[in-house]
Order: sequence, then C-alpha cells, then structure tokens
Amino acid sequence: MAQLDVRDAIRKGLLAGVIALGLSVIGMVEAFDQRDVITDVFSLGQLLLFAAPAVVGFLVVKGRDIRAYGPALISGALAGVFAAIPIFLLLMLTLIYPGLRAQLVNVSPTLIGILTFGSGQIVGGLLLTAVMGVLGLVGATTHVIPDRISDPLVLGVGWTLLIGVLSEVLLNILRPLLPRGVLRFLFGTKGITLVTAVILLVLITVGIAWWRAQGRERYQKRIAARSAVQVANARRTSLGAGLLLLLVLPFILGTYLTEVVDNVGLYVLMGLGLNIVVGFAGLLDLGYVAFFAIGAYMMGILTSQGDLGVGGISFWLALPICVATSTIAGIILGTPVLRMRGDYLAIVTLGFGEIIRVLATSDLLKPVIGGAQGILQIPKPEIFGFTILQPQHFYYVILASVFLALFISSRLRDSRLGRQWMSLREDEDVAEAMGIHLVKTKLLAFGIGAAFSGLAGAIFAARLSSIFPHSFNLLISINVLSLIIVGGMGSLPGVVVGALVLVGLPELLREFAEYRLLLYGALLIAMMLRKPDGLWPSPVRRRELKAEEQEKLMMQAEGLE
Amino acid sequence: MPLLDAIKVTKRFGGLTAVNNLSFSIEKGAIVSIIGPNGAGKTTFFNCITGFYQIDEGDIVFDGRSAKGRSPDQITRMGISRTYQNIRLFAHMTALENILVGMEPRLHSTWLGAIFGLRSTLQEEERALDEARELLNFVGLTGKGDWLAKSLPYGDQRRLEIARALASKPKLLLLDEPTAGMNPRETAHTTTFIKQLRDELGITILLIEHDMRVVMGISEDITVLDYGEKIAKGTPVEIQNNPRVIEAYLGRGAAASATIEVAS
Amino acid sequence: MSQRFKDIDYIDLLLWLFRAVIIIIVIWGTVAKIFLGRGNAYTADDWIDFFVSGLSQGSLYALIALGYTLVYGVLFMINFAHGEFFMSGTMTATVFVALPLSASGFLDEHPIIGMLAIMLTAMLISIGVAVLTERVAYRPLRRAPRLVPLITAIGASFFWQYFFRGLYGSSLVPFPELAVLQGKYNLFGIEILKTRAVVVVASVVMLVGLYFFVMRTKTGKAIRAVAEDKDVAALMGIDVDRTIAITFATGAAMAGAAGVLYGLVFRQVHFFMGFVPGIKAFTAAVLGGIGSIPGAALGGLFLGVIEAVGPPLFLEGLGIPGGHQLKDVIAFTMLVLVLIFRPQGIIGERLAEKKA
Repeated sequence: MAQLDVRDAIRKGLLAGVIALGLSVIGMVEAFDQRDVITDVFSLGQLLLFAAPAVVGFLVVKGRDIRAYGPALISGALAGVFAAIPIFLLLMLTLIYPGLRAQLVNVSPTLIGILTFGSGQIVGGLLLTAVMGVLGLVGATTHVIPDRISDPLVLGVGWTLLIGVLSEVLLNILRPLLPRGVLRFLFGTKGITLVTAVILLVLITVGIAWWRAQGRERYQKRIAARSAVQVANARRTSLGAGLLLLLVLPFILGTYLTEVVDNVGLYVLMGLGLNIVVGFAGLLDLGYVAFFAIGAYMMGILTSQGDLGVGGISFWLALPICVATSTIAGIILGTPVLRMRGDYLAIVTLGFGEIIRVLATSDLLKPVIGGAQGILQIPKPEIFGFTILQPQHFYYVILASVFLALFISSRLRDSRLGRQWMSLREDEDVAEAMGIHLVKTKLLAFGIGAAFSGLAGAIFAARLSSIFPHSFNLLISINVLSLIIVGGMGSLPGVVVGALVLVGLPELLREFAEYRLLLYGALLIAMMLRKPDGLWPSPVRRRELKAEEQEKLMMQAEGLE
Repeated sequence: MPLLDAIKVTKRFGGLTAVNNLSFSIEKGAIVSIIGPNGAGKTTFFNCITGFYQIDEGDIVFDGRSAKGRSPDQITRMGISRTYQNIRLFAHMTALENILVGMEPRLHSTWLGAIFGLRSTLQEEERALDEARELLNFVGLTGKGDWLAKSLPYGDQRRLEIARALASKPKLLLLDEPTAGMNPRETAHTTTFIKQLRDELGITILLIEHDMRVVMGISEDITVLDYGEKIAKGTPVEIQNNPRVIEAYLGRGAAASATIEVAS
Repeated sequence: MSQRFKDIDYIDLLLWLFRAVIIIIVIWGTVAKIFLGRGNAYTADDWIDFFVSGLSQGSLYALIALGYTLVYGVLFMINFAHGEFFMSGTMTATVFVALPLSASGFLDEHPIIGMLAIMLTAMLISIGVAVLTERVAYRPLRRAPRLVPLITAIGASFFWQYFFRGLYGSSLVPFPELAVLQGKYNLFGIEILKTRAVVVVASVVMLVGLYFFVMRTKTGKAIRAVAEDKDVAALMGIDVDRTIAITFATGAAMAGAAGVLYGLVFRQVHFFMGFVPGIKAFTAAVLGGIGSIPGAALGGLFLGVIEAVGPPLFLEGLGIPGGHQLKDVIAFTMLVLVLIFRPQGIIGERLAEKKA
C-alpha cells in the first residue's frame, strides 16, 4: 500500500469534478445530451460528463505509476468518487435553493434529470457518485492490466464512441447504398444501436489486438520486400485514388455534407493565406477578416443585380478584380504597420479589422455597400451556360481554388522568398543585415495572404447570394488563426487538418455551435502549453524534432567513447 | 584609396557618446583589428558601419561611395558582411538555408518565377545550392548541410556564421570576436582560417577581438578604442609598448611598470 | 533600434499622407461645425453634456487600462484577456448580488453597503479569474517567444467569454437602478447626471489609491522591482511568481470595480461587454504610454472625451451621417495612429527605451 497517495487522488479527483461541474453548469452536458452515441443508452452529454472520472482514474495511477492492483484500484475509485463531489454539492444546493436557475440559466430540470438519472437529487446524487467511482476504478484498471490487452480495449472503446458520435454522417453516406432494413438494424433514431456498438467494439478491439500482435510485423516485412518500382507504383496508385476520391466526394456526401465540406474549403483557403503571413513570415495578423470582407463586398458590388450592383459583370470577370482589390488592400493596410513588432502588430491589425467592420455597418458607406442590410441578389456564377447552383457545384470551384493556393504556397515556401520570410521570422535584424529588403518581403506576405482571403471572400459572396456585415466579424479571424495554430504554424497539410477539426467537426455536431469558441479558446491554450508545433508540424519543425533525436544519439555515442 | 574610410564618426545614445569623433581606415586586402576594454564602443562602431545604427556626425565611405544614411540591406549589397559577437544564426533553419539567405544580395530570381517554375529561377536556385555546399565544405562543415543551425556544436555555429557572411562575396568582412568561447586549439585553427580568407579569397578583414594572441598574431594594423575614442593606432609591436594602451587596459599606475604580458 | 531611420522612401510618404488626411479631416470637420454650423445645432449645455459623459466613460477606460499597464510593465505582455476579467466580475456580481439585493429592496434602503457588497464581489471574482488565467495560461509560458503568451491570452479571452455566456446566458442582464443616483447634481450652475459624477469620483479615488499602493507599499515596491528586472528581484528575495500574480490581481480588482461602475452607467451587462472596452482601454494605456499608471489614467480620460466629443464635432461637421456609429472607428484610428507614430505614448518615454 506504500504507493497509495490519498491526497493526490483526492486533489486530482476534485479538479476533474470541478471540470465536470463546469461542463454541466454552462449547459454543455445538457446540449450534448440531445445527441445519442448509442441509441437510448448513452448520449454525448453523458460521455462528456463521465469522461472526467474515467480519465482522472487513469491519470492518478499513471502519474505515480502504480502497478499493484490494490493501491491502483483504491486510488482510481477514490479519484472517481471525488470527481462526483462538486456535482453532488450542486445537486444539494438545488434542493435547498430551487431558484438557482434564475442565476445560472443552464441549471435546468433537464440537466438535473441527466445528472441524477432521473431519480431525485439525493438518490440520484449517490448513484452518480457510485457510477463515477466505478468509472474511476475502470480508468485505473487500464493502467494496471497488461498493455497488450488494455491498449486495444481503450482504442476499441474510443473508436466505437467516435463512430457513434459521427453516426449521422455515416448514415447520410450509407443511406443510398444499403437497404433500409440493414440501416434500421445498424442505426437507431439517434446514434448507433447497442448491437452495432457491441459488434464494433469487438471487431475493433480484436482487430487492433491482432495487428499489434502479428499484423504489423507482417505488413512491415512486406513493405520492406518491395522493389523501388513497386513503391513508386503504390504511391502513384494511392495518389490517384486520393484525387479520384476528392473528385467524386460531393456525390458520396450529398448536399448537406458537401455544404460542410465547402465551408471547410473556404476556411482552408483563408488559412493558407494567413499561414503565409503568420506561419511563414511570423507576422501575427488579427484583422485578417478584413480582406475576406473586401473580397466579398467587391464581388457583391461588381455582380449584384440589386440596387447596389454597379458592374453587373460576370462572376469570372469579377473574381480577379476581387483578388486584386484584396491584395492592394493588404499592401495598403500592411504599409503603416511594417515597422511594428510582434504584439503591437497584432493589436493594430485587430484595430484595422474592427474599423472595416464598423464602416461596413455604418450609414457612412450605406449608399455603396448597403449598411446593415448588406448586398442582395448576387448571381450564381455561370460557366459555359451552366449555372453553378448547388453546393456540389461550388465544391469544384472551391477545390480548384484550394489546390491553386496549396500549389502557390508550396512553391513559395521552397523558393527564395520563402527563405526570406523564414529568416524574417527568425531574426528580423539579421535578415536585414543579410541584404533582405524588409519592407518588400513583409508586404509580399501581406499581399499574397490577402489575395487568398479575397478569393475566399469572393466565392463566399457568390455562394450565399447575399452578404451582410455581421458575417465579417473578428471571430472569423480568430477561427482562422486557431485552425492554423492547431494544425501547425507554417505547415500546409496542417491548415487542412486544422480546418477539418475546427470547422468541419463543429458543423457536423450542431450542438457545438454555442460552445465552439469556448473550445477554441481552451484548445489554443492547450496547444501552446502541450503541443506548440500543432497536429501536423511543418517540415522545418519536423526536421527539428529529428535533430533533437540526432543530438541525443550523438550524446549517447559520446558517452560510449 | 582605402577600402573603408570612416571620417570623424560620432554616435550618441541620449547623453552617452558611444563613438566619439573616430577616424579610421582600412586598405584593400589588409587584416585590421579594433581592440579596447569592454564598453569601449567597438561593437557600436560595427553597427554604425553596417547601417544598423545611423551615425550622428561624420561620414563613412566604402569603396568610393558614402554609406551614410543607408539601410543595413543596402550596405550589405555594397559589399560589407559581418558576424555577431553572440552568434545570431537563423536557429530553426538548416545550415544550407542559412548560407542561402546570406547569398541574398547575389540572387535575382523573383517570387513569380518561383510560382511558375521558370527555368531561370530553377537554374539560379540550383547554382546557389551548389555554391552553398562549396562554402560549407570550405569552412569544414561538409555533410552537415541539413542540420538545423541550432543543433550544430558551438564551434561549427561560429564557422557557419562566417560561411553565411562569405556567401554574399563581400569585399569587407567584419568579424565580431570570432574566437569568443573557443579553446586554444580551436582559436589557433580559427586564426589560421581568417588568414586563409584573406590570402585565398582576397577579402579585407576587420575584426574585434579580445584574445591578444589572435590580435597580435594576424593583424597588420591595430586601433585601440577607449570610451568611444581612438587612443592608439599602429602595428602590434607599437601597440604593445604604447603607455596609453597599457593604462586603458590595466589602469593608471600599472602603466609605468607593466607591459602587456599576453604578447609574450 | 528605435533610433533607426530609413531614408525617405515611399513608406514615409504614405505615412505622412495618412497623417495629413487625418489632420485635415479633424480640422476641416471642426471648422465646418463651429463656423458654418453644419449638422445639428448644439447648445453649450449639450457640449458640456458630451464632455462629462466622455469623462465618465473615460474614467472607466482608465480603470481598465491600469490592468494592461501593470501587466505590460511587469511581463511585457499584452493581456488580451483583461477585458474578460472586467466582464466576469461584473456579470457575477450583478446576477448573484445586485439583482437579489435590488429585488429584496435592500439596495435602495442601504445603497452604500449594497454597492460596496456588489463591488467587493465583482473585484473578488475578477481577481479569481485573473489569477487562475495567469496560473494556467501564462505562467508556464513565461520564457516562450512573445507571440506565444499573446496567443494563449486570445484563447483565454474567448474561453472566458463563452464560459460566462454558458453560465448566465446570452441575453442582456439589467443592472438595477439606484434611487439615490437618479437625477442631477448642480455644480456651479452645470447640471451633471448623478451616476456620471459618482463614476468619475469613484474612479479618481481608486486611481489615486492604486498609485499610492504601487509607489508606497512594500508590495508595490516588489511589483516595481519585478518590472525593472525579474532576475535581480529574485536575487533580492522577492517571490517573483507571487508578485506577478499580485500584479494580475491588482489589475483585475480595478477592472472588476470598473465593471460595476459600467453597470451603473449603462444599466445592463452581458457576456460580450468586455471585448470593446478592453480594446479601448488598451488603446488608452498605449495613448498614455503603456507601463505608466498616470499615463493610463490620462490616456483613458483623453480617449473617453475624444470619443464623446469627436462625432458631434468633426464628423458631423463633415456631414457624415450617423456619426455616433463611428465612435469606435475614432478610438481604433487613435490606437493605430499612436502605435505607428508614437509607440511610447503621449507622455510615456521610459518604457519604449526599455523594450529595445
């Protein structure tokens, strides 16, 4: 029992409990309870609530690396029980003071129902404590039993739950492919059925266990045995398959999901632009939405058939004009802030973004851009007599733009200009001493970044047919910044990954909407603390990680000498 | 005509005069040192030459053209390169990339060329890369081109910084304490290397140095600064026996009895 | 580095142009207003009213700006989440103390005790949020590159905004009216709304109090020592981490108090109320020279007055419709102008040098 640390378990348990309490009182548990992971058995809200004791149970024993069953299980259960205490106290409070909802709007009867399994504050509270205790115990167990059993099991549970959470998406894709009876068997009214969940859990767990035990080795052997030609062929095949998949994606996904993908695509486009400014050149720009707005408004003014349209020209003719306008705006707004460093630059660009937004809503520019009423009747683009109407059609416009932006970004990254940007980010003074023209280099970053954003804005305007100033608020800049930070600053695949995670996922889970920025905020902090290189680090950062390994190896080698 | 001619240069920071009425010149192909106690204004003078600071009075003429009022990048383009006292490499870039950035003044390709993959741009990059590898070999870092600058050992970082400075094919190279933090063996090696730079590449060299063995061993001419003013100028032997220099280094009183022992 | 000037190139030209345009707008508008009488006709009382409302708004900015200035002085970091410290205390105090007290009639019977209770709650909650934020999001990153804590600060800002939105809902919460503060004072023949007068007086008292706290007390000395040099302060036996936490707490306490005064003036609070005042208070801090306490006070008052007097004066003079909508544009333009042309602030000098 020497390894048992009661105070540590209690402290961590309470911390987890406070987090669970927080999730409950801000309404996340209730909102997410709308979505069943496993039909009528387990909801996303419950997943959120019960993750805390299970995770803390695991962490408590892992933190002290307790390997003996007795102490581990006791610590886990203790942490789990204490994770329930803050919520238990809340339940007692609602007994004494039922009017709490007047203050905390989300402490609703529904929430209390979820927290107590519908059985009254006292009984339910005790029940909750017991369940959390058991979950803490389960969490602790996964650290004690051998990894070869616990790893596949944990992954199996994780994947099953993820599939359950995303069941709506799957259902959308599978609906045209599978007969009705099968679908009804696999999917419940919301989420997957219990049977499906069990089947999935068994399949995934066994699959992973087999892979770990044998499959991986065999696969690696087969890979190692391939000839260079085979490798090249395999690569070409997978690349071709990937491209093909991207081309037919809208047919697989259907209208609603394609719309989500379109949105992700526009954010990728903006992300690639901001990535040049922030990721490559190291200039933190918080007013990035301004260029998106300029692109969109330019498209509106040039093509709208309403009162405000002045050009009446076609989408394709207007597109380059929008991009050019945004670029020029980027250069003009970039010029005065060039001599500022770091944090001041961030605040000034933020100020610029706000100025643009306020001007867009004001009466001053109303005759030109419509004030709060915005610009209406923006026609859909036409190509060879075919009108681009559906999200599925826009998908190809956006896909092409994203590819163009990716191509330009990667060419620039590996070019002389890319090196100039990188050196600027590293040490501005030395970069200048190396003969780099700071003004020109920074303005190019601002201009090209703004061009991508303007392109996204122009497409955005045509897609929605109408634009309003409130679509162009600071939150867009924050979204874009978050996604490139989460993906990995300076990393092109990182932008795509970031957009999928930060834009795609929340759109699939509509319950997220209210809490999206809360999660972004938490994620920004967590990423900076734990994984500042992002989910998909840029090549440079990876080299760096490799270099650190090299260093370690060298040190070891020196030690051997 | 001297390669670099600083005429009565003065640089003030608020009330402090860091460089005071300093005249100084270097002939083409010379190795010249500036020495002086800490805070004598040596690095400030470097910063004035490279355009990092704007001088308050006087003029600096390089290669027949005034460098006064020019920005650091313009001065680098005129043919002056430098290294830093506390190494300032681009830490998260590779050794090769560092050298390629140093080559900037000699590159002409544009970003549009890079996007469209123009033949001229690709050829220039190819040539630059070859040249960067040669430079890497020249400073003895063969095979370390893909290392990140920050993961190179200290001595290699010094050498990489010199390679980066050489990449612009400068006429004048300013070295700010190139042997700081080196052991005697490395120091001797670097000293030979500096001589080699002048003899093989014909680069004029101006260095700030604390290690008297280095200074006395390779400089043809030494200027001594104290409180921003020139207190002596001459050959190593002249400097060693100059009482004002001894006084500046060892303090009043010591001057009468001591000579600079490091020279022995 | 700051002594570096380039030869006159096109940027200087553009900047001069920029400056000239702004000056022309202001002068032309003012002249048009005063001598040609463009726009609405205002009486002298109206102008005094604009001025006093600007002053009371400005004193709020000043109180919030202190938080930016203190933290910047110590950590050289823009605490982007400071506006949320302001919001969190006020929201909580309004929902949990002000509204119940007002409903029970206590607030009208004992307005002073009631207001003190509200303020104390607001300050405590703001301090709690600030200390927690510092501990979790800033302290571990103290040696990281400068942009990193700025990014976590942005994250913290949005986290708190939506956290409190989740707690108290997204609708406007009314702040109770105090019976004693209705009506106007008559000061030398000038009528001033009581709330405004109280806000200005309370702010000035707190500003002065804070100034003495920083200048005279031992804790204040520790804060200044840490601002000068953290390593040396640590050698002198000062607990740097604790001092930094106290700095955050002090700024947050001022912000919490400012929030309650904000409630008195605007009679409503909501989860988004921290954002715009936050940026404006930052502007005020920069205007006065970030790092300087008197600077923050003056900068706040100056910004408040310009914002209140600007639209009726030079924007209406130019014949711009809906000038009051552009109040924020004036503030942000000032921010941009100051950061471009005089980053050390109007009266500040010391910190700009120290930064370099």
